[in-house]
Amino acid sequence: MSSSSKKSKTLDPEKGQHLFYQMLLIRRFEDKSAEQYTKGKIRGFLHLYVGEEAVAVGVIQALTEEDNILSTYREHGHALARGMEPGGIMAEMYGKQEGCSRGRGGSMHLFDASRRFFGGNAIVCSHLPMAVGMALASKKQKKNQITCCFFGEGAAAEGEFHEAMNLAALWEVPVLFVCENNQYAMGTAIQYSHAVLEIEKKGAAYGIESTAVNGMDLMAVMDATDKAVDKIRKTGKPYFLVCNTYRFRSHSMFDAELYRDKKEVEEWKKADPIPAFQDYLLKQKLITKTELEKISARVDKEVQEAIDFAEAGTWEPLEDLTKFVYSEK
Amino acid sequence: MEASNTIKITYREALKQSLREALQKDDRVFLMGEDVGRYGGAFAVSKGLLEEFGEERIMDVPLSESGFVGAGIGAAMAGMKPIVEVMTINFGLLPMDQIINNAATLLHMSGGQLNVPVVIRMGCGIGRQLAAQHSHSWEPFYAHVPGLVVLSVGTHEDARGMLAAALESPDPVIIFEYTSMLNMEMEIAKDVPELGISKAKVRREGNDISIITYGTGVHKCMEAAAELARGGIDAEVIDLRVLRPLDEETFLASVAKTHQALVVEDAWCSVGFSAEIISRIMEKAFYELDAPVKRLCGVEVPIPYPLHLEEASVPQVKDIVNSVQKTLKP
Ligand SMILES: Cc1ncc(C[n+]2csc(CCOP(=O)(O)OP(=O)(O)O)c2C)c(N)n1
Repeated sequence: MSSSSKKSKTLDPEKGQHLFYQMLLIRRFEDKSAEQYTKGKIRGFLHLYVGEEAVAVGVIQALTEEDNILSTYREHGHALARGMEPGGIMAEMYGKQEGCSRGRGGSMHLFDASRRFFGGNAIVCSHLPMAVGMALASKKQKKNQITCCFFGEGAAAEGEFHEAMNLAALWEVPVLFVCENNQYAMGTAIQYSHAVLEIEKKGAAYGIESTAVNGMDLMAVMDATDKAVDKIRKTGKPYFLVCNTYRFRSHSMFDAELYRDKKEVEEWKKADPIPAFQDYLLKQKLITKTELEKISARVDKEVQEAIDFAEAGTWEPLEDLTKFVYSEK
Repeated sequence: MEASNTIKITYREALKQSLREALQKDDRVFLMGEDVGRYGGAFAVSKGLLEEFGEERIMDVPLSESGFVGAGIGAAMAGMKPIVEVMTINFGLLPMDQIINNAATLLHMSGGQLNVPVVIRMGCGIGRQLAAQHSHSWEPFYAHVPGLVVLSVGTHEDARGMLAAALESPDPVIIFEYTSMLNMEMEIAKDVPELGISKAKVRREGNDISIITYGTGVHKCMEAAAELARGGIDAEVIDLRVLRPLDEETFLASVAKTHQALVVEDAWCSVGFSAEIISRIMEKAFYELDAPVKRLCGVEVPIPYPLHLEEASVPQVKDIVNSVQKTLKP
């Protein structure tokens, strides 16, 4: 964990405050989701993003609305950073038809085609080849469009990771692979999954330009992503960004966390990206205490509104059970 | 059964005891799978085994299903007795090439020279609101493949006893365990009877209709049979247990007795396992039937997340009861 934040010349107060707002929204949205899970309002599997906020926010700020995003089952943060409505996400997790996937998908399957947010994939690594294909389509259609694909370091052990990297390099397609290395795949620490611990080295094997960055440091993630995106737009070639980070909570709500020491978690919490960025904003005079309070109040209000929206949502009628199996002509 | 000869046990604990016993009995046996060790097993089935048997016998593996299942097949060919755990059947598609093109095929391709005594366990089933990618009942996919032995653990008795029998097999065995049953508690004999892995089992005897099922269908059909009994219908419940090679004798004999049959499964209907059962009844017991055989299966939709839609996607006890009542008292 390096603690040095690279100073970026481009961060104006408005943007800084917006990014802070996004990270705080993700944090509180996730905490609230955990609460709703224990109340039985959210069911199934629930994987929270707490601790990793700087990655989603730092990466997605570098993308345009035309770019594609694909993610995993731990995707609430990416969806929120993309600007999806908190209410639509919460309603999805409640299983209500007002949810962003009509309630059909739940927590692991958030979709919003209008924002080019292509899920929410719960089979580890299964979206990487699709990301390559979307980038291939952009290339064939001569669109100035990047496909950004988030996944964990556990996924980098799957065959599909290696196939996707090779295809992307071979075909020279504009895809940004973002590995969120949070040190654990469920209960399996990285040293039990990977013979080579520097995940970014795997990119080099395929001739893909690769960088690793401190994923707890928003400014560092932004900086690295801005450069990566720039590169991809110029060359049309893939790029591999590894963000070293940590999840503060359990893998999912079914996890007794037998595999890691509480002290280790506490140690990483000292690198919490949110207070760190808040300090930075204050020091750089990009935000005032009053503005911080305002953002905090706004976030609380929006999270509560998301709950209210989900509570007020309705169940899809049983007659519609077999809808969406084939396209309606 | 004398009270003292039985124990109350969860399905999870029964599975764990069978694993422990296998590891104790034969030092060629080792367990490998994602999170079987340090995490304690995705569903806590192998919790504590790492501490008891050490890292050589309880191996955590990376997310590389095709890789480690293939490695399990190789280890079996080279003299070990691996128990490979694929966390759930949902991820079982990734190693399917290894399972079908290697495990199931090597004996035949090598003209009988190479056998593959690997045991592959997978968590399976629908009913925990895990949505479309995590709610699969794909036993029929595997049951389609010659060369595999395919087992479905529908009872606590089999949770305790089936693994030992599977490890005796010279050929690859796939065991489906049902995650929705893990916390269920049941009374079973302390010394589980050796049921082997070649025969189906009549779980309840009856004279009015044969309900043929497997997996989570077993406890649902037993419950339905109990309710039907209160209304004067005496149903026989057959737990197929072994989906391949299929024991048809047991259910054909049952149909010859009851002259009515209903097949129940969670898997999608078209080209499902029930189609196979019904074909065999048509071919070999048609003249025993008083009415067309019916089937209750999964609705043909990727399983949706919300509870009410999920429940409507697979046969429930009330559906089984209704179906039998309609068949017998139209
Ligand atoms: C192909 C596949 N195998 C196993 C699983 C079960 N599983 C879900 S998440 C996970 C760990 C993934 O770790 P990582 O890729 O590092 O991402 P993280 O959850 O840490 O964000 C596992 C084993 C799965 N969903 N898909």
